[in-house]
Amino acid sequence: MTTTLILLPLAGALVAWLLPAPGRVVGAFAFLVMLAELVLWALAVGRFDFQQDLQLVDRQQWFDDLNVSYHVGFFGFSLWLAGLTIVVCTAAVGYAWWADRERGRAYHGLLLFLTAAIVGVFTAQDLLLFYVFFEAMLIPIYILIGVWGGARRVEATVKFVIYTMAGSLLMLAAVIAFGISQGTFDLVESGASNNVWLFLGFLAAFAVKAPLFPFHGWLVDAYGESPPELSAILSGVVSKAAVYGLLRIGIFKFDEPLQDLQLTILVLAAVGLVYASLLAFRARDLRTVVAYSSMGQMSLIVLGLFSLNELGVNGAILHSVAHGLVSAALFLLAGMVELRSGGTSDFADLGRMAKGRPALATVLMTTGIIALAVPGSAVFAGEFLILAGIYDEGWWWSAVGAGAIVLAAMYMLRLISGVLHDRRRAEPEPAPRDLGTAELSLLVPLVGLLLFLSAYPGAITERSFPTGQSQALVEPPP
Amino acid sequence: MIATPEVDWLALSPALALLGGSGVALLGSVLVPRWLARGFGAFFAFAGFVAAAIFAGFVFDRSGEPTELLAESMTRDRFGALASILIAGAGALSVLVSWGEQRRDNGGEYYALLAAAGAGMVFFVTASNLMTLFLGLEWFSIALYILCALDTHRRASLEAGLKYLIIGSFGSAMLLFGFALVYGATAELGLAAIAEAADPDDQLLVAGLAMILAGLGFKASAAPFHMWTPDVYQGAPTSVTAFMSAATKIAALVVTLRVLTIGFPEQEHLWTVAIAAIAVASLAIGNLAALVQRDVKRLLAYSSVSHAGFMLIAVAANNELGGRALLYYLVPYGAMSIGSFAVVAARERQLGVPVTLDNFAGFLWERPFLGGAMWIFLLGFMGMPLTGGLLGKFYVFAAAYDTGWTWLVIVGVAATAVSLYYYLRVALAMWTRPEPRLRPAVAGGSPPRDPLLVTAVAASLGITIGSFLFVQPLIDLARDAAAALPL
Repeated sequence: MTTTLILLPLAGALVAWLLPAPGRVVGAFAFLVMLAELVLWALAVGRFDFQQDLQLVDRQQWFDDLNVSYHVGFFGFSLWLAGLTIVVCTAAVGYAWWADRERGRAYHGLLLFLTAAIVGVFTAQDLLLFYVFFEAMLIPIYILIGVWGGARRVEATVKFVIYTMAGSLLMLAAVIAFGISQGTFDLVESGASNNVWLFLGFLAAFAVKAPLFPFHGWLVDAYGESPPELSAILSGVVSKAAVYGLLRIGIFKFDEPLQDLQLTILVLAAVGLVYASLLAFRARDLRTVVAYSSMGQMSLIVLGLFSLNELGVNGAILHSVAHGLVSAALFLLAGMVELRSGGTSDFADLGRMAKGRPALATVLMTTGIIALAVPGSAVFAGEFLILAGIYDEGWWWSAVGAGAIVLAAMYMLRLISGVLHDRRRAEPEPAPRDLGTAELSLLVPLVGLLLFLSAYPGAITERSFPTGQSQALVEPPP
Repeated sequence: MIATPEVDWLALSPALALLGGSGVALLGSVLVPRWLARGFGAFFAFAGFVAAAIFAGFVFDRSGEPTELLAESMTRDRFGALASILIAGAGALSVLVSWGEQRRDNGGEYYALLAAAGAGMVFFVTASNLMTLFLGLEWFSIALYILCALDTHRRASLEAGLKYLIIGSFGSAMLLFGFALVYGATAELGLAAIAEAADPDDQLLVAGLAMILAGLGFKASAAPFHMWTPDVYQGAPTSVTAFMSAATKIAALVVTLRVLTIGFPEQEHLWTVAIAAIAVASLAIGNLAALVQRDVKRLLAYSSVSHAGFMLIAVAANNELGGRALLYYLVPYGAMSIGSFAVVAARERQLGVPVTLDNFAGFLWERPFLGGAMWIFLLGFMGMPLTGGLLGKFYVFAAAYDTGWTWLVIVGVAATAVSLYYYLRVALAMWTRPEPRLRPAVAGGSPPRDPLLVTAVAASLGITIGSFLFVQPLIDLARDAAAALPL
């Protein structure tokens, strides 16, 4: 089951590359593959027992002398992250199909390959396998930015490559050291380590990926120059690989170093949260706002994870899913706005877009309101849990977090009015084009899921960890 | 009646098969009509390589215990047999790559020399005393000197041949001098005998060891003995470069491991450090120099210097894991090397000028299969997933970490990070659309069809990816082979 979830998009990618068909047809095919993947994931949820640990396991020896195996399976929380991946990637593939990207065969093949790699990251139970998926995820991103990106794509690619690979290679060194010293690379069999340097090696990769302050130099270029559907995947899903890694490897395997470094990481996350929120408020264009808001929210998630208690960790998972949906929807919306504004997302050239576009206004407003954590929304539920969790570590952390929520309200409202209502542009457009059926059918499910999670956040918080496990996880070692 | 020593024909069979192929190809270039000579030579060279691989497979199968042959001049063991298989495989692929080369004359001789060089390497990796080692080295080196200069109408080729001859001879002389010193110190020629007779404190022996390391370093093109590599790789016919980059490296590194572990176990504390230093130098120089190259062959030449560094880390680790790591790494590395030079050769034949980053532009869209394959080879060189390159690096680093040389792992990781930049430059060049003025393509017509080259690229691609998916069988082979050495 788990293997099929990984192999299906991979096989789809191969077919897309080899199939001699026009781009539109390949796009339709890729979208179908993603729908099948969604169904498969739903079946996996149906078979999953949320009161148990690792499930739906597939295991196959890969090479024996270092005890490396192909070992995949789901935890409750990773099932949700994989679900988020599949939903967002389906929307992204749909968007690419609708936008009819040049060289459609290569493009859709790469998107499917990317999906397979991300799902792989969320399922890997072997360290080397995790590294393989983690790296495999980066290859299509490099190509997609480098070839289909905007005007400054080469610069964006080079920055992204240098940042991410520096992190990844440190992780490779840590993977080797961890595996050799444990005698196995299997995450289930290996025990905990108390080597701070190894933890830092892993942390490097995840801090870049999240990104955590001050490892965010690649962020704006990559999110700004990518095609919008790729930005959606990057900020919505790929950043969550860091959450998964911090949880599955950091928290599960490095009890002691975690306690030592908790304060440092919390400080970095808090600084990142405030800093990114301020930058988002000052940003001049739509995509940069979403990019920095994404960084801010990721910092908040890290704050939740490293509160090292049940509330915080559960909140981090819920917020990961909610933020993934929000930022994916916002980036897709940014793409749609750009299509209507002659390719620019600069606030100076936007405004008054609500006029004659009720659907766009409604969707953007709803997403924006959820994103600013209005009470009752899924994002609010996640942030509330995170703030409640971090309160244990000191009230000031919660104060910083709450302050950042105010900042979030400021930049989101500025974004909404900047796009929809500001009268910066002298005249409203003569013939405004509203969102079409295709665009709505991509956005509405994302917003619908957000509304569902707003109504019932327990769908995730009650099903991420077996009862009591998240508590056991984060208890300090005896 | 003169008593003759017992000859183990099976142990000699891989080298003999290649010599046979070479001889027939050479005769063919004289006796067979001109229009047929090229095909005749190519066929017999290919057959020689395939037969050598098969015979070496038999030797591997039937040499559970290493045995010394012919007055300790040769060893019959799985280590040498596996290396012979790799060399023969590299040679067979090189023949396929060579076929499409527009060669006005020397068709038969080219293939005869290729097979002769292969025979020399196969002999070299099984040699176990100083005389036979030197004999094997000169045997394949001389064949390669001629091969490099074989495009007599191109100045670059002649220059490459001459440079390789002069610097290569210098390297051989170093090696020979080292051998002489070691012989002087121990009065023994056989590697195992040297180990027994050696006096650990003998300065003469240590000096000899140092010169041997330098001499082998020349052949493996490890820094600081790599000066010839970029010029020769760039100037030599591309198919010869493909062969050299894979087969010579396999032979030199495998012999380095054999000579050091069997011949100088007592001096371990010296040579592990020396090899580590050479590895670090190769990583640094290879990667940094590659950053500024624009000629793709030259860039790949520096990349091969850096990969010599990676593989020497495995030698320096001097443990079982290291032996396996080296033998495993050679498989995807050889395939990626031949494959990438084959793609360069294809582009070169299409354009008729040396391939640079500029005129590589758009290659992926023009020839998706070759371009896609090149992408995967580059990912392999970087050590990215879905290629054996990742696991090769993983193994090498694991071996170094296991010895306790964490700093070497860090250096390797840093070198990998640097290398991404130039590999990605090539990779991205292939995606970009060429500007018309940079396009020296021959007017009209599709690129020349070259099914054999495509076959070679497909085979290399298969090995590159296959060595990632099916690690266990390769590791089993490498384990059996490395068991022949006292690691």
